[in-house]
Amino acid sequence: MPLLVPDTGLLFWMALSFGVVLFVLVKFGFPVITKAVETRSAYIADSLEAAREAESQLATINRQAEAIIAEAQNERKTILSEAQEAKNTIVSKAKEDAEAEARRRINKALEDIEGSKKKALAELRKDVAGISVKIAEKIIGERLKDDQKQQELINKLLAEEFAH
Amino acid sequence: MKRKNNIHLVIGFFLIFLTATVGKITAQEQKVNVKEIVFEHLGDAYEWHITNWGEKSIAIPLPVIVKSKERGWHVFSSSHISHGATHEGFHIAHEGKYAGKVVERNSAGEEIRPSIDISFTKNALGIFISSCLLLLIILPVARWYKRGAQHAPKGFRGAVELLIVYVLDEIIKPCVGEEYRKYATYLLTIFFFIFINNLMGLIPFFPGGANITGNIAVTLFLAFCTFLVITFSGTKAYWKEILWPEVPTWLKAPVPIMPVIELFGIFTKPFALMIRLFANIMAGHSVILGLVCLIFITVSMGATINTSMSIVAVLFSIFMNFLELLVAFIQAYVFTLLSSVFINMARVKHGS
Repeated sequence: MPLLVPDTGLLFWMALSFGVVLFVLVKFGFPVITKAVETRSAYIADSLEAAREAESQLATINRQAEAIIAEAQNERKTILSEAQEAKNTIVSKAKEDAEAEARRRINKALEDIEGSKKKALAELRKDVAGISVKIAEKIIGERLKDDQKQQELINKLLAEEFAH
Repeated sequence: MKRKNNIHLVIGFFLIFLTATVGKITAQEQKVNVKEIVFEHLGDAYEWHITNWGEKSIAIPLPVIVKSKERGWHVFSSSHISHGATHEGFHIAHEGKYAGKVVERNSAGEEIRPSIDISFTKNALGIFISSCLLLLIILPVARWYKRGAQHAPKGFRGAVELLIVYVLDEIIKPCVGEEYRKYATYLLTIFFFIFINNLMGLIPFFPGGANITGNIAVTLFLAFCTFLVITFSGTKAYWKEILWPEVPTWLKAPVPIMPVIELFGIFTKPFALMIRLFANIMAGHSVILGLVCLIFITVSMGATINTSMSIVAVLFSIFMNFLELLVAFIQAYVFTLLSSVFINMARVKHGS
């Protein structure tokens, strides 16, 4: 079988061709490609990892933000209720104060009035006594004949007295 | 539907016309020698015969480089010795031990082979063309990567990368193991070299059609390369397993039965690689050639048989070509896979 006998000439050319191809591909061919492909797949894996990390970080941040918002809302509620309370306190205190003041003034006015009344009465008493003494002096001094005349006189005197 | 029928009709007429003309031509010649046709194609040749144009044969002449035993080096074109002509004392033997080879007559008048024959034959040119094609495919892709492209390639580059990554991830990484980086380039080269030569062999006309990977010299060299790689990457544990395997002592002490068997195994592994690739590709070429020859054989059996057999032969040839396309890939795959496995076996660590 001539097909089963390797031909030395062809072996020579085969060795030469394959040797050159192998050399060129080892030097400039496959290592470049395999390295680039590996670099790229590593890059892709890294990117995926980074993306996953960023996602988890984002989730954490979101959770934190939500917590902060919830806290702020709570605080607002507290502040609002406190303000409401303060308002109520202030209003009621002001009302109390106003009432107390009004009462104080009224009391003072009443006291003044009372005082003035007492003073007036005391003066009146003193005046009436004086007047009574004067009237009595006049009655006695003038000698009246009838009751009519007496009455007129008294009235006249009283009017005079009160006209002052 | 009508249109489709018309197309069938046209194809049918075309086939009948074709076979009729072919029959006319071949009927004028002598009986078809299938064996000669098939063997002529499967073997190597000093010129690349393309076709016959009428009586004229169209062939690419190739350089014949021989060193005569008595007259030194001779280099001339193969066109000088085609059709049985003799040039500078050399001619192509037609029969005998050296059929199809360049021979000379020594002083005693006997037909002998020149001492060295490194003629640039049809297969040598085929290997050269495939090698150039392979470099033209891989190097531009490599240059594109070298320019620092970060994104994935598109189109043809993407296809090449797909194949490279496939071989790397599916064959080399799982079979060679951790140290795959050192052997990846060699194994990738082996894969692509075999694959492209298989594919070129399927193209029925120049620059394809040479039966390269179906030639034993080619597969011998490829297997020899793998043999060298395996032998030179053998670890201490690997050699110990061969020379002093863990078997009962009587199997290795006075008469080294197991070491001899194991030593034999070193050579049978690459030998199997050589025969497998050679036999598969040669068989594929033979079957397709046989089917094509069927058309010419049946010419003498009348037009009806000839036409029907032609249609059958063409359909079978189409089927075989698809099958061979698959085989072209599978054989490259298997050669690379087994090389990877053998390398892994040679890189065996202690205790495992």
